[in-house]
Amino acid sequence: MCGIVGLLVKKPELRESLGRLMVPMMVEMAARGPESAGLAVFTGPIGADRRKFSLYAPSWSYDWAGFEAAFIQHFGTHASIDICGNHAVLECDESAARVKPWLAETFPQLHMLAAGRAMDIYKDIGHPAAVADRYDFSSLTGTHLVGHTRMATESAVTPDRAHPFTAGEDFCLVHNGTISNPYMIRRKLEHHGIRFETDNDTEAACRYLEWRMREGDDLETALQKGFEELDGFYTFLIGTGDKLALVRDAFACKPAIVAETDDYVAVASEFRALAHLPGIDHAKLFEPMPEEIYSWKV
Amino acid sequence: MESVTADRAAVATRRFDLAHGTVRDLNHFLHRELPGSGVTRVDVENPGGRHAIAVGIDHPVDVEVLGHGGYYLAGMNKHANITVHGNVGWGVAENMMSGTVRVKGFASEAAGATGHGGTLIIEGDASLRCGISMKGIDIVVGGSIGNYSAFMAQAGRLVVCGDAGDALGDSLYEAVIYVRGRIKSLGADAREEPMTAADLAAVAELLGRAGFPYAPSEFKRVASARSLYHWNADADQEY
Repeated sequence: MCGIVGLLVKKPELRESLGRLMVPMMVEMAARGPESAGLAVFTGPIGADRRKFSLYAPSWSYDWAGFEAAFIQHFGTHASIDICGNHAVLECDESAARVKPWLAETFPQLHMLAAGRAMDIYKDIGHPAAVADRYDFSSLTGTHLVGHTRMATESAVTPDRAHPFTAGEDFCLVHNGTISNPYMIRRKLEHHGIRFETDNDTEAACRYLEWRMREGDDLETALQKGFEELDGFYTFLIGTGDKLALVRDAFACKPAIVAETDDYVAVASEFRALAHLPGIDHAKLFEPMPEEIYSWKV
Repeated sequence: MESVTADRAAVATRRFDLAHGTVRDLNHFLHRELPGSGVTRVDVENPGGRHAIAVGIDHPVDVEVLGHGGYYLAGMNKHANITVHGNVGWGVAENMMSGTVRVKGFASEAAGATGHGGTLIIEGDASLRCGISMKGIDIVVGGSIGNYSAFMAQAGRLVVCGDAGDALGDSLYEAVIYVRGRIKSLGADAREEPMTAADLAAVAELLGRAGFPYAPSEFKRVASARSLYHWNADADQEY
């Protein structure tokens, strides 16, 4: 069992309240996943030639200033870093293709959680209320976000196995359920040069869908292929730079409910996570059908 | 006279506001304090999708849930008459023994699962696995039902005023299903059969209980072909 939450605000003035509206959703879903939590928040995209990288350090008192200085020295470029304990978001004008190998070589203890122009990732082990507090989730602003509370079934409880999983740029996925053929998917993707960072089943689904999109599929076509290739039980909530997408497998053993108003689209595993939202009494409420693709654009 | 009536109503109705109290307090009252209390109606305010609201009641009482419920609402109900003015999560009226549960909105998966008796009325749609393994309950759905409904249903009636999803009545025993709309597909051993006079009377009675304005003649009957009741040695292990 895990909990899923997602929120996309339709009105620009609500972007300031994104985190504040979401935190009670995540805390309510702690009952479904009490041991880890995480989220991807999508800010408006930064300039086309710029990139930001979400980084995870092994300790809360990590020397981020030293890291930033080493980065600037190596790339000879301007960079800024936004620090939140053991997480930091580095913004620069270097591509992921250049930053990733340098990071792996020079700072192997740092884990790159995300790359792109819009997406920041925070995830860690601990009770979701504590994780939300630790990283001040209620202060987050942006257009949409994808969150998760984890009760592990397929791999260990560690920060890197918490959701969301990411692949490529500005693409993330959270999952309630279990994939039965993750190693088959993994072997297939490894033939295409795709590298995995954990032994988690959700990572296979995430990398599979992102791979399909890099091969030219749009999100909906990739998800349609996912119905054929990914075996197992799942509710997936996917975030991209400008979209939120929701699917359930054919047997729909894992729950989800959607509430939509003129102000927002909210997704959760259970209604109780949505009960506090403003205007919920007049929201259009529905459960996603098995193997139907639901997506919303910013 | 009016004030006396009002006083009586005030005494006979008990309110629980789940924005300030717990489901445990509510259920404790329904199990332990209700019998002999003179309370005939319990209002549950701000249910907020909480799980296990009004489960395990074993006493006649009207319960009004004023909002959306979570999982297993009215589970194991006996004697009570429970109305939900909203939607419900998984397993509403699961294993109900008697009484009536009415959901004015939609019901999530496994509505009325394993129910032995009583009536479950869902005015909106019911999701997948509605009436799974039902054992005597009557379920009337105003809207449509999802896939795998009435799987291994043993006894009771399931009336669907809208459409039915895939694999309806798979491995059905002696429960009977009546569908007004389209059936996407039948499950193994479920088959459509002609409506008899007894079926028309049964559907009329169940629609009357639910208050749905459809003609019994609009419904199809689905029941077990009973070919899975016995081991077929001639099948040659080819399934």
